[in-house]
Amino acid sequence: MPSSVSPSRHRVTGSEWVGPYTLLRLERGELEPGAPGQFFMLEAPGRLLPRPFSLCLAPPGELAFLVDPIGPGTEALCALGPGDEIHVLGPLGHGYRLDVERPLLVGGGIGIAPLPYLAEQLGGSPPALLGFRSDEHAEAAALLPGSEVVVDPVLVTELIEPGYDVMACGPEPMLHAVAALCPTAQLAWEARMACGYGACYGCVVEIDGALKRLCLEGPVLDAARVTKVRASNKLLQGAEA
Amino acid sequence: MRILNASGCLDALAAPEVARQLDAFVTKTVTPLPREGNAPPRIAETAHGMLNAIGLANPGRERFLAEHLPRLRELGVPLWVSVGGFCAADYAETCSGLANIEAVELNLSCPNVDEAADSAAEIVAACRRATELPLYAKLSAAHPDVAEVARAVAAAGADGLSLINTLRAVALDKHLRPALARGSGGLSGLALKPIALHAVSVCHEATGLPIVGMGGIESGRDALEFAACGARDVALGTVLFSDPGAPARVRAELAAACAEAGVATPDDVRSLAKSPETERKVPA
Repeated sequence: MPSSVSPSRHRVTGSEWVGPYTLLRLERGELEPGAPGQFFMLEAPGRLLPRPFSLCLAPPGELAFLVDPIGPGTEALCALGPGDEIHVLGPLGHGYRLDVERPLLVGGGIGIAPLPYLAEQLGGSPPALLGFRSDEHAEAAALLPGSEVVVDPVLVTELIEPGYDVMACGPEPMLHAVAALCPTAQLAWEARMACGYGACYGCVVEIDGALKRLCLEGPVLDAARVTKVRASNKLLQGAEA
Repeated sequence: MRILNASGCLDALAAPEVARQLDAFVTKTVTPLPREGNAPPRIAETAHGMLNAIGLANPGRERFLAEHLPRLRELGVPLWVSVGGFCAADYAETCSGLANIEAVELNLSCPNVDEAADSAAEIVAACRRATELPLYAKLSAAHPDVAEVARAVAAAGADGLSLINTLRAVALDKHLRPALARGSGGLSGLALKPIALHAVSVCHEATGLPIVGMGGIESGRDALEFAACGARDVALGTVLFSDPGAPARVRAELAAACAEAGVATPDDVRSLAKSPETERKVPA
C-alpha cells in the first residue's frame, strides 16, 4: 500500500489526444510517481470501481496517464477536462527493475503506456520498438521520440534482436511471443482489478504455476514466472460489463 | 456499532493499514482443503454493483491455522474467522480447531460454490457442539423467507447473524456472453442495500439476535440505516475496493449522521427497529 491508505483527490490539469488515446494529466499533489511499471487506481467518474493505469509520464508537479476509451469507465476518464477532480490511489504493485545493461523497450498498442516514464528513469534514450494496429494508433509513438514503429501485419517480435534486456508491455499474445523469444524479459501484464491492493482477489493470473493476484505479484513479472495467462482473462478495459 | 469488513473483501496481511481501521477483521472463508478458486475473469462491474466469482480461494484449514492465523494475530485487531465447507462435519471440524479469536462466522451462503447438502440449522448445531466461541450465521437473502432460516439457526444455537451475502447474478459482455468465467457470480455493492435492509429488519424482529448488517454500505448514513433496521454492527465490502480508507471515513460519518438524526449512538435507533411488515400494521 502507498503511504496514504485513502485515495486522494487530484485536479485534472490537461487532457490531450495522442492518436486515438487520451493523455490525462493530473496534479501530482502528495503522490509519489513510483517505479516505472507500477500502477495507480483512477476513479472512473460515475462508475463503481476505479481503473488501474500505469504511469506514462511524470512531468514536474504532474502525473500523466494514457487512456484508451473502450468502455464506460475509460470513456468517462477521457471526457474529463481541466479543473475536474478524481480520486487516485498509488503507486501500487511492482514495476520494472532498472538494473539492466542493454535495455530494449517493447510496446504494443495501449501497452506503450508505461514506456515513456520507463525510458526517462533508465536515462540515455534506450532503444524502443513499438507496434500498433493502425497508422492512427501509431501516432502515440510520439510519446517516445526516436522509437522504431511497426504497424500490423508487421509484429514487434520480428524486430527484436538477441542480446537485449527486453522490458515489454502490450497485449497478451505479444507478451507470450516476447517471453518465448526472450526468457529473461520483464513483462508488464494486465488484468481486471477492482481494488489494486490485494483485497478483491479478482486479478489472478497463473504465476509460478498457480493462480496469484497480479496486483501484488506484478504487474511487471519476469517472463519465466507467467506460465499461462488464461485466455479468458481479457484486458480490464476491454472487459467492462 | 462496530465496523467490520465483509468476509473476502480484504486481505489483512496484504493491507494491514486497512485492517487496523476496523473494530474486527473477518477472514476470507476457510475451507477444510486448499482451494485455488475459479478461473478468471472473476469480477465484472455492473450498474450500481459488481459481480464476483472468486470461488472461496483459500489456503485450507491446516495452513490457515499454522501460518495465517498467527500472522493475523500480530496485527492486534480482533479476529473473526469465516468458516466454510460442504457438509456440517466440515464446518464443525474447523470450528473445533479455532481458539483465541473473537468470533466465528459460518458462511452458509456462498453463491460461487455448490451449496452444502446439510441445512443451515444442521451446520450451526454441529458447530455449536464443536466450539464455545460466538457463532454468527451468515445467511443469504435469496431464501424466500430469510427470517425462517434465522429462527432455525437461532434455535440451533447461533449467537448472531451476518446479513447478507452476495446474491447470485449474471452480467453479459459485449458479445452477449457471461462476463465471468464461471458464468454467474455474487452481486455486491450499492444495488444490495435495500435487500439487505429488509433482511436485517425481518431477522431482527424474528430472533432479536445481534446482527452484523452488510450490503452496499458506503457511508455513515448507510450504516445508521442498518442500525435503524436492527443491526448492532456493520461490515463494509465493495466500498473497500474503491476506498481503502472507508472504515475510518464511515466511522466519522456515522457520528455525524447520529448527530443529524438527533441520537447519541446507533443503538438509540436500533432499539426502535421494527420489521417494515410490523410497522405497517401499527395503527396511525
